[in-house]
Amino acid sequence: MRILEGRDVTKYFGGLAAVSHVDFHVDQGEILGLIGPNGAGKTTLFNLISAALPLGSGEIRFKGQKLNGLKPHQICKMGIARTFQQTKVFADMPVLQNVLVGAFFGKTRRVSGADAAKEASQALELVGLSAMSATPTRDLTLVNQKRTELARALATKPELLLLDELMAGLNPTEVSEAMELVKEIRDRGVTIFMVEHVMKAIMGISGRIVVLHHGEKIAEGTCSEISCNKQVIDIYLGEEAHAGG
Amino acid sequence: MDIATFISRFIPRKLWVPGFLLVLLIVLATLPSYAGSNRILFLSATTLMYIALAVSWAMFSGTTGYMSLAVAAFFGIGIYTTAILRPLVPLGVVFTAAGIVSFLIALLVGLVTLRLKGIYFAIFTFGLVVLIGQLAVYYDIHVLGVKGHPVAPTTYPIMYYCMLGLAVATVLVVYLIRRSRLGLALLSIGGNEEAAAHMGVNTTMVKVLSFAISAIFMGIAGAIFGARQSFIDPGATFSVGYSFSPVLMAVFGGMGQLYGPVIGAAIFSLLDYWLSGRFPNYYALIFGVILVLVILYMPGGLVGLMPKLRNGLGGVIAKLRKGNGAGQHANT
Amino acid sequence: MIEALPGVLINGCLVGGVLALIALALNIQYGVGRVFNIAHGEFIMLGAFITYTVYVGYGAVAGGIDPLISLAISGPLLFIVGFVLYRTLFTSLRTRAPSPAAFEGNSLLAAFGLIFVIQNVAILIWTGRTRAYNWEYDFPVPFAGTVFRFSQIIAFALAIVIGIVFYIFVNRTRLGKAIRAAAQDPATAGLMGININMVLALCFGFGALLAGIAGSLLSMYSSISEVMGLGYAIGAIIVMVLGGLGSIPGSFIGGFIIGIIGSIVTYVEPALVVPAYYALFLILLLVRPQGLLGK
Repeated sequence: MRILEGRDVTKYFGGLAAVSHVDFHVDQGEILGLIGPNGAGKTTLFNLISAALPLGSGEIRFKGQKLNGLKPHQICKMGIARTFQQTKVFADMPVLQNVLVGAFFGKTRRVSGADAAKEASQALELVGLSAMSATPTRDLTLVNQKRTELARALATKPELLLLDELMAGLNPTEVSEAMELVKEIRDRGVTIFMVEHVMKAIMGISGRIVVLHHGEKIAEGTCSEISCNKQVIDIYLGEEAHAGG
Repeated sequence: MDIATFISRFIPRKLWVPGFLLVLLIVLATLPSYAGSNRILFLSATTLMYIALAVSWAMFSGTTGYMSLAVAAFFGIGIYTTAILRPLVPLGVVFTAAGIVSFLIALLVGLVTLRLKGIYFAIFTFGLVVLIGQLAVYYDIHVLGVKGHPVAPTTYPIMYYCMLGLAVATVLVVYLIRRSRLGLALLSIGGNEEAAAHMGVNTTMVKVLSFAISAIFMGIAGAIFGARQSFIDPGATFSVGYSFSPVLMAVFGGMGQLYGPVIGAAIFSLLDYWLSGRFPNYYALIFGVILVLVILYMPGGLVGLMPKLRNGLGGVIAKLRKGNGAGQHANT
Repeated sequence: MIEALPGVLINGCLVGGVLALIALALNIQYGVGRVFNIAHGEFIMLGAFITYTVYVGYGAVAGGIDPLISLAISGPLLFIVGFVLYRTLFTSLRTRAPSPAAFEGNSLLAAFGLIFVIQNVAILIWTGRTRAYNWEYDFPVPFAGTVFRFSQIIAFALAIVIGIVFYIFVNRTRLGKAIRAAAQDPATAGLMGININMVLALCFGFGALLAGIAGSLLSMYSSISEVMGLGYAIGAIIVMVLGGLGSIPGSFIGGFIIGIIGSIVTYVEPALVVPAYYALFLILLLVRPQGLLGK
């Protein structure tokens, strides 16, 4: 089942096409990777899905329902959550409170305090931050702030999770841990759509990959297909790449 | 053994804050009987009024970061409501009407401006006091055909009790909001509005609702204040100064805690009373300078200095807070 | 009433020219320095009072300096005030602020506090009485059924000239280009070797200079008081929103439109000028918040 489908998705900034006539789909239960050089339009595409930006033209459907014109909070309640390229944690709140925001507001039904607290601690446990739940988020390291943001998104109980460069700034050990975590999240029933530059990570866990360049989709396929794709390789010559599984 | 442990032998820690507040409330409620001079009553009532204004301003602007410069507008609406309705209906109705009118106008302002970036909200509220003031003057002169409203002022004790009730109600409501989902939503908007929206918070509705609620208390404060006047002239009623003082008090006291604006209001209300008598030409200037200095050097206000005070007072305050802090989410 | 229309329109243009200058100044401070200087009106007031003081004389200052010449005094004085304020207060706020949103909020509150500081200093100096003077070279100019004053025409002409000079400066000179770079992307501009702090402070000072000049010009045909600033600040705000926040050509066009609207409303019902402005404000925010030429 295609949980997310985009047809002819286009967005212009002034005269420049940030995203240009992109067709894509995410199958339920998969991990779909989105790669491309800087400026290719990956984060813009995420912003269009999550309604951080209004759609220029085309349509995006989630479980068959059109997302055009909806606001971010409505899209979250439908079941799509995301993290951000530059972490947007609530810096003055302790970690637990960050996650509680997701737990309380991320669903359509009203959540009791006890349930929200339970879901929040479960999310924190999954990402490995239980010990830090009372720490003010601004005092955390980058990797822990990313974990907080991830737990907060998970607390909204999404069916689809958009991860925007989760691994950026992480050392190799942290990258491996993150990869395991993403797989674990998928195994618990959450579909994953992730933007990544760290090739080892994205090739390692994605089922399929979509490649954007200058706002256009130039390739789509399995990891091995993409890593053999001449056009993709050409684009990444000169970029820091660890292609190949 | 230190002081805190000693006292806790007689009164359990959990009851310290509620007990203190209860005693305070009793002291304030019986004030007219042991210190009932008009001057003291007026000063106390004014302090309570500023507490209500500062706390309600901080409830929205302190949490979301959207700076409302319109306190004077709603305060003035309250005064003007008293001017129009006082001769016609009892005080209770006047105050309710003032609250409702302020709520509705704040709702309108919020719906128009809070969908947009914060700067639009701020500059719209900036001129609001002048706008509503001019409308009130126009209404007086061209519709009612009067030049100001003579009102039968209430007694000082009545004004005092009304302000006390308002201050208590304001602090109580804001306390409950802070602990509620609405309070969490407000903090999340102040933390990162885009992230809050993506976590399911309907940011526009939360902002509009909270702003409108905060205006209720400002309107009622104005209505009570107006009830003590003998003559209300809309030209003088709508004065930017009433937007300035609550902001100064809340920022100085510190907006991270509920009691920050309360302390700020108490301090500056007394300071205002003391200075305006002795340095009438300078105190407004001093207050302006203080606001600028506080924003520069003490952005967390007095409350923000607490950690340093904590060390200085030998840990008593820390123990007070730790004993009371179990089971709450830490930012209240 | 139709006979009065041309006069009203011309009056609106004359007023609009000065309003455009005021909004231009505010736009420089906001567009580049990212400080929405709601104390802008107070700089206008200071300019007006400086000109009054050196022309009519006050306290220790003997009068006699023509208002047009006093521009050379009020302008630089206000420039210094603005420059110093930015280098001390706002730069500090900018470096200490945890986020751009916090800086915007804090600088707004700081400017709010400044209003009261400047206003009260002025009241202390000039004792809080509304004042006015008659410029010795002023004379009535009857035209299109209305009588204008020469001073109004001079003020208008100067405002236009300054606007044009400024436009050329920003678009053609190196410093102007540095300013535009700093406005667009402070971080990158800093990396390219532009001293950001200096540029921003210069811009803020320049905005204060223009405000002071506007105030000096205004004093030639309007009465002045220490509390006159608020009204002009509100007018400037609406001009900016109409023209588009941060758009300099926008504030010029907006200035004329608001001037004309204000003139028409003043003719019909002077007490409703601010409500008319706010009605327009409301409509703008509902329909097109980015204004005419905003992004």
